[in-house]
Amino acid sequence: MSIELVFHIAGGDFSNAGKASSHIKKVLKQLNIDSKSIKRIVVAVYEAEVNVAAHAFSGQVTAQITEHHIEVVVSDQGPGIENIEQAMQPGYSTASKEVREMGFGAGMGLSNIQKNTDELSIESRVGEGTIVTFRCNYL
Amino acid sequence: MKVSELVEKFELNVYSGLSGLDREVTGGYVSDLLSDVMGNAAENEVWITLQTHQNVVAIASLKDLAAIVLVKGMEPDDDTLERSNQEGIPILGTPLSTFEMAGKLFVELEGSGA
Ligand SMILES: Nc1ncnc2c1ncn2[C@@H]1O[C@H](COP(=O)(O)OP(=O)(O)OP(=O)(O)O)[C@@H](O)[C@H]1O
Ligand SMILES: [Mg+2]
Repeated sequence: MSIELVFHIAGGDFSNAGKASSHIKKVLKQLNIDSKSIKRIVVAVYEAEVNVAAHAFSGQVTAQITEHHIEVVVSDQGPGIENIEQAMQPGYSTASKEVREMGFGAGMGLSNIQKNTDELSIESRVGEGTIVTFRCNYL
Repeated sequence: MKVSELVEKFELNVYSGLSGLDREVTGGYVSDLLSDVMGNAAENEVWITLQTHQNVVAIASLKDLAAIVLVKGMEPDDDTLERSNQEGIPILGTPLSTFEMAGKLFVELEGSGA
């Protein structure tokens, strides 16, 4: 079994942030994946899609769901991340004032992704964009 | 304890999401930082916040939270109401401050051994 789901995200569009994670959650539930794994996956996908809305111009989420794991690629066209190690640190954020007023911009998203995934890789080119790839193995 | 019992006990406003009033409440989480809630809140908790936009409902739904309580008389945005009705996550309101609301909820839930 393998299901591929693709979602598009527009930069700045917070009203649609959460579409990918909520759709993926539904599909995983239908497939009877254990709820602990679903909870982890949902956190990681949500944080990754919100980062596109908050920090990039546009992007795409591709999820590959198999019997044993999910692999998610979130790629965007955007400013990129100059120092990935620094960006990963809890509390580090370059979010704008407007974004912070909404309660985003705590600098916790990337560490939430790390905590809830089994494999994570972040590739980024400044001025071009970022590709966040992660994998969660079901319990 | 059910969300509807909380509503009665603390005289909360019910703005929307009525279909979720019989959700079970086992605890609470207090934060206005969305990724803090995303990372740390647990299923069936009531989320006390002053954020009124629709991402709050998206997060509550993804995390299977029991309900959202808006403090200090804050009112949900129109699209927040709509989303709350769709997802069946109640949005409740109180004139109390976060400190007061959280204190009362804590005493209630700890006291009842929930
Ligand atoms: N897709 C991206 N494109 C460009 N920069 C990014 C991207 N994702 C993260 N960053 C950078 O890394 C920082 C930390 O990201 P992280 O998700 O941890 O926190 P945040 O998005 O600022 O706040 P939070 O996720 O808590 O709402 C961001 O502030 C931003 O500078
Ligand atoms: Mg983030």
